[in-house]
Amino acid sequence: MSQGNEPVLKVSGYNVEFWVDGVWYPAAIDMNYEVAAGEVLAIVGESGSGKSSSQMGLMSLLASNARVTGSVKVRGNEMVGVPINQVRKFRGREVAYIFQEPMTALNPVYTIGFQIVEALKNHYTISNKEAKKRAIELLALVEIPSPEKSFDKYPHQLSGGQRQRAMIAQSLSCDPGLLIADEPTTALDVTVQAEILDLMRNLKDKLNSAVVLITHDMGVVADLADRILVMKDGYTVEQGTSDQIFNNPQHPYTQALLASVPKLGSTAVRAVTIQRTEAVLSLRDVEITYPKRGRVPAFTAASGVSFDIYPGEILGLVGESGSGKTTVGRAAIGLLPISKGSINLVGKDISNASQRQLREVRQHTGIVFQDPGSSLNPRLPIGESIGEPLLLAGKAKGDDLNKMVEDLLDSVELPRSYRNRYPHELSGGQRQRVGIARALSLRPDLLIADEPTSALDVSVQARFLDLLLELQDELKFACLFISHDLAVVDMLAHRIAVMERGKLVEIGDRDQILKNPQEEYTKKLISAVPVPDPAEQKLRRLARKG
Amino acid sequence: MNLDNEAKGSEDSLEQRETAGLSQGQIVLRRFVRHRAAMISLFVLVFIILFVFTAGGLALGNTENPIRIMGWWQWDFTDLPPLQGVMGEPTLDIIPEFIDGTGMQIGEHPFGQDSIGQDYFSLVIRGAQQSITVMFIIGAVAAFLGTVMGAISGFFGKWIDQLIMRFVDLIITIPTLIIGAVIGIQIGNLGVFFLALFLGLVSWTGLSRLVRGEFLTLREREFVDAARVAGASNLRIIFKHILPNAIGVVIVSVTLLMSGAILLETALSYLGFGVVAPDTSLGALISANQDAFTVYPWLFWWPGLFIVTIALCINFIGDGLRDAFDPRQKRRISRKDRTEARALKKQS
Repeated sequence: MSQGNEPVLKVSGYNVEFWVDGVWYPAAIDMNYEVAAGEVLAIVGESGSGKSSSQMGLMSLLASNARVTGSVKVRGNEMVGVPINQVRKFRGREVAYIFQEPMTALNPVYTIGFQIVEALKNHYTISNKEAKKRAIELLALVEIPSPEKSFDKYPHQLSGGQRQRAMIAQSLSCDPGLLIADEPTTALDVTVQAEILDLMRNLKDKLNSAVVLITHDMGVVADLADRILVMKDGYTVEQGTSDQIFNNPQHPYTQALLASVPKLGSTAVRAVTIQRTEAVLSLRDVEITYPKRGRVPAFTAASGVSFDIYPGEILGLVGESGSGKTTVGRAAIGLLPISKGSINLVGKDISNASQRQLREVRQHTGIVFQDPGSSLNPRLPIGESIGEPLLLAGKAKGDDLNKMVEDLLDSVELPRSYRNRYPHELSGGQRQRVGIARALSLRPDLLIADEPTSALDVSVQARFLDLLLELQDELKFACLFISHDLAVVDMLAHRIAVMERGKLVEIGDRDQILKNPQEEYTKKLISAVPVPDPAEQKLRRLARKG
Repeated sequence: MNLDNEAKGSEDSLEQRETAGLSQGQIVLRRFVRHRAAMISLFVLVFIILFVFTAGGLALGNTENPIRIMGWWQWDFTDLPPLQGVMGEPTLDIIPEFIDGTGMQIGEHPFGQDSIGQDYFSLVIRGAQQSITVMFIIGAVAAFLGTVMGAISGFFGKWIDQLIMRFVDLIITIPTLIIGAVIGIQIGNLGVFFLALFLGLVSWTGLSRLVRGEFLTLREREFVDAARVAGASNLRIIFKHILPNAIGVVIVSVTLLMSGAILLETALSYLGFGVVAPDTSLGALISANQDAFTVYPWLFWWPGLFIVTIALCINFIGDGLRDAFDPRQKRRISRKDRTEARALKKQS
């Protein structure tokens, strides 16, 4: 790498603060770093650590209540304390941003070609024809299939991965010296994520630009970063080369962060004996179809799905987004009607059950949803949310109910005084604990957990998973654990089922699936998971290219 | 020893109080009671209602042969006392003797007399009775129907939604004024109570549209599924889970509706279909006396004061209810608290 020359970005004594309710709240404190051409600096930290704010502040892109002090030099030009039109000249041309969610960062009413042409014409005086030619070149550069055709496509006509490629093409339009990528792969599936990471590595080498990568995913960091900067509460806790941080972390926070990342194949088999006699949940050739609505044709989200879950067993259900995992989870407790096959839940056939029958069966089940912010009623104090299943099942009332809600709060390690709080007054991890307490309030035989940790930070996720395991050991419920994260499933599940496009492609014991997968899709899925270890990640990358 | 126990006891109860489970209703009530503007408005409104109904008396039963409960005010709104003073100006005086000479007094006709000598206080009182009746009945009927119909329509969807919404379209296409006029002719002799009831039956449509829209988005939220898994019935999901989330829309819309009801009643009265003379309402008083504004300003001011006060009270109560239901509304920190906090910070 060319580290001898002047760095593309040099940040020193840099602070970002926000004016909230009469006080300056710091978001980034005394940051010092530089990035050279062809180098990738990864900034990692949990949500709220200031990683995004600090990078938006570089080019004065923050809200008006923010204050930026210190020095930011892009190729030797000062960016802090100069007039805004001075900074604007560098935006897009020298410094380009790639955002997390390409659907919201691209304008949905213009074609992607138009948006790239617009970026080109903003910075260069070129004809429409030339701009179009250049845009198609860029689309080809980011490996979008048939770039001439894609030029005239609208963002919603592209898949998530292609949209992110278009976004990258747009940001590359002016050959920027510095690329700031803010969680570029968080919204993508693992296999697509692997492709985008490969693309970014190729581009960086080809264009010799500097990259600042903001992410919370240590696997992505291990895959791409040359140097790493760890942030916590606005402070830079540690800075070093990728090798140093991963293999010899100095700061306790970095060590804790690395320890809480679940690693594929690192947990020992939990010794449990599962009596495979009578299944808690059994699906036979289940097909779920979303009916035709207006001009949208009927859509079969899952078909031919069969599996059993036995008492005390955790079955992990994995697959990419759109593979029908959530649909199956919802149908399993009768939230969605099935069009074919049969579902047997705690000894009762619920395929054509009435509302009354379903209500009876649901007393033996619980569900934890993906987004704790949406699954708790915002107008209901959490104590009431937790107590509702008990009240409705007629299990308790008045003082008894109060006592039981307190016990439930204790069991998920939340203070009793939280019961009168509203969901928005709790953090994401706390809310998900409330979700678990509610799901377990009736001591269910079956728990459905639908991506319960995907909205949580790694350290919170680790605590949450420990709690779930403890509770499972104690209460011995069966669990259908739906996740896109193989490492998490690996930690919990006894058996794993893999879904692809509505079909169950493989099911088997955990070790059998992870160590000796039979299906091509499963192999692809496992090899695409980034491992938080640079050396091993390199080997995997080579193996994938094979 | 004893003291120790007592202290411990009070500590326990303090902790218990903190962790005692409160239902949604209790928390909402507590927050509403803390809302100062809403509580003052509630007291003012209750006072006005008591004041006008006790002063003017009540007429119950049918119009031909009513059972009359006499009020404490000496004149009835149908009486025609002789004109006092030059042109029947108000005798109410709140400026004490040492400033203007006549001294504080209520007098014979505190609000004055109108052009034919009717006691204006009793007219305003009667008008306020009628307007409050109209407003509350229209508000209550429309709020109830609009919320329930909108909720059912939005929650169940499919053919129920189609049926209710096409019926709503039908009512919306006919101007309320014309419906009111037809009803006025048909049942005008039944009095203002039935008029308000029927107007309420046709003015819930706008609210139902808004509530339906809220329900359509809210029913897709995961907490509805969560409640269903918890074993909640449809009714419970509608009223306990979804409706509190839509309450902001309902309250804003109902307060507007109630203020609008006064105007609707005025318009009908002006056309001769609503409250018919010699009976009167606040709106009718204003529209009858708007030409006299320059000469007899009090004929305009007194009913206007009542309308504004009642409408403001309802708006403030609505604000208080909305804030009480919305957990994101925090109690505002006063300037005094803020300066104290700043001083503390400086010290440290």
